[in-house]
Amino acid sequence: MAAGERSTRDAFGQALLELADIDEELVVVDGDVGSSTRVSRFAGRFPDRFFSVGMAEQDMILTAAGLALCGLNVYVSSFASFLVGRGYEQIRSAVAIPSLPVKIVGSHCGVTVGEDGASHQMLEDLALMRVFPNMTVLVPADYASALSLVKKSSEMASPVYIRLGRAPSPDIYGDGDDGFVPGGGRVLREGADVTVCCCGIMVFEALRAADILARQNISAEVIDCYSVSPLPAQQILESVHRTGCCVAAEEHFARGGLGEAVASLVSGAYPVPVKQVAVFDRFGQSGSPAELQEYYGLTASQIVSAAVQVWTMRRR
Amino acid sequence: MTPELHDLAELASAVRRDIVRMIGVARSGHLASSLSIVDILVWLYWEVLSLRPEEPAWEDRDRFVLGKGHGCPALYSVLANRNFFPREELWSYRRLGAMLQGFPEVRRTPGVDAPGGSLGQGLGLANGISLALRGKSSSSRIFCLVGDGELQEGIFWESAMTSAHYGLENVTLIIDRDMRQMEGSTETIMSIEPLRDKLSAFGWNVRECDGHDFDSLRQAFAALGKSGGKPGCIVALTRLGKGISFLENDPSGGRMVLGRDFMEKALRELEKGGD
Repeated sequence: MAAGERSTRDAFGQALLELADIDEELVVVDGDVGSSTRVSRFAGRFPDRFFSVGMAEQDMILTAAGLALCGLNVYVSSFASFLVGRGYEQIRSAVAIPSLPVKIVGSHCGVTVGEDGASHQMLEDLALMRVFPNMTVLVPADYASALSLVKKSSEMASPVYIRLGRAPSPDIYGDGDDGFVPGGGRVLREGADVTVCCCGIMVFEALRAADILARQNISAEVIDCYSVSPLPAQQILESVHRTGCCVAAEEHFARGGLGEAVASLVSGAYPVPVKQVAVFDRFGQSGSPAELQEYYGLTASQIVSAAVQVWTMRRR
Repeated sequence: MTPELHDLAELASAVRRDIVRMIGVARSGHLASSLSIVDILVWLYWEVLSLRPEEPAWEDRDRFVLGKGHGCPALYSVLANRNFFPREELWSYRRLGAMLQGFPEVRRTPGVDAPGGSLGQGLGLANGISLALRGKSSSSRIFCLVGDGELQEGIFWESAMTSAHYGLENVTLIIDRDMRQMEGSTETIMSIEPLRDKLSAFGWNVRECDGHDFDSLRQAFAALGKSGGKPGCIVALTRLGKGISFLENDPSGGRMVLGRDFMEKALRELEKGGD
């Protein structure tokens, strides 16, 4: 695959293959969507370590939890709508409360799922997973960061949720970049006037927005908050100390996602205006990914607009 | 260790006394549904399971999953009496910071193999454990005890398919068939019969037994042992509140208030050594 034609789900499939070679205890639980979640190559190479339980997301989670109880390194993946939507209560009682190191991988997140429409466009997975006290929530922006974060998750002894997209995403990081850690963030652009916290597909949009803002003499600091929980709190606070205002952009409902996490952090430690670029009070619908991104305002121009607004309200 | 049957009955009676005291001291807990599974647990923990109490995480141990987590006072007493932890812990059941939580927690309690509390989920966990052990070529077995009411949870049937699909013959499901659930009889609220036919159709070997009779339990376990390639299920006919006559006959299904008088009366009856 050429750069720019790769999705985060492709990275997940590749990471599993690489991990499986060095970790004999790595197993995968699938719910009959292995081709879509990119675990089918793993299934072909390691059939003894691959378990499909059919279209049964609740049972997927319990099976994964049982495997983890015996010390195995378990990845369970399906479409996020159904995996964390239908499987929520199983995740809560069988993974989160006992703090089992099950790695839950939700693919097909956000409106960029496209034509399938609202039922398949998961926009509340971060909200559902972020509330758990011991769940690490990771949202890679591109292939390289997804590859790195999936590998990092493998070393974790507590529950992890990883959010993946369906559509190819533009490359942000160079191949082989391994500088990603749970709880971390990456300052992609340094700036003095406005902080832009973002994750997933909105990282690319934020970088474009920063270019546009620069032409208006507003220098934006762009932080890829790929670790939505725990947040890269020090990086965010250090940035808003300098800029005095913040935009948070994500392909998720405004309720419960990165934006609210950032607003909560900032309001408690160093209050500055925070404006969200996200999906407000409505579900997704059918359309092409590009049309939907535009329709729901998940674009660089919306980030620019929000940045200008918070900048006028900035803390001086 | 292979106690005689009358020793098992004595053990069961001691466990029942523990349960009444635990729930009495805690002033909270599910008494009647803890009492119904005592004989099954005594049978498992003294006659069936291969365990090392001094090494609770012993890799080759048999596993036990309590699907009906509200029955955990029975499990806690059995574990204490098998020396997984000191008996003193029983008296802080359900207290703040206690080792013995209101529902089983794997990270707090030695001997607890799986989390419990959300009904319908025990079998799915047992399946995962079974698949993991199979991958390790382990000869350990997994026993999962569930209530009858929780078979109304859809997830149970997802898991029942998985056990059969993967031919998990090291999984034994035991159904505590006391015919009761919170608000009345299972067959009135949402019938689960014909249970034997349903599970057989799902690919299970099914046996029935008297869940309070050690001879009957022995025969059912022995009969299952002969079946190959299929998961095994024992439908154990039980009585809610077993061992305390005024609980067994309580139309509210044992939801009467646990006062001091009640506790003393219950303990007196158990001391007399009913069965």
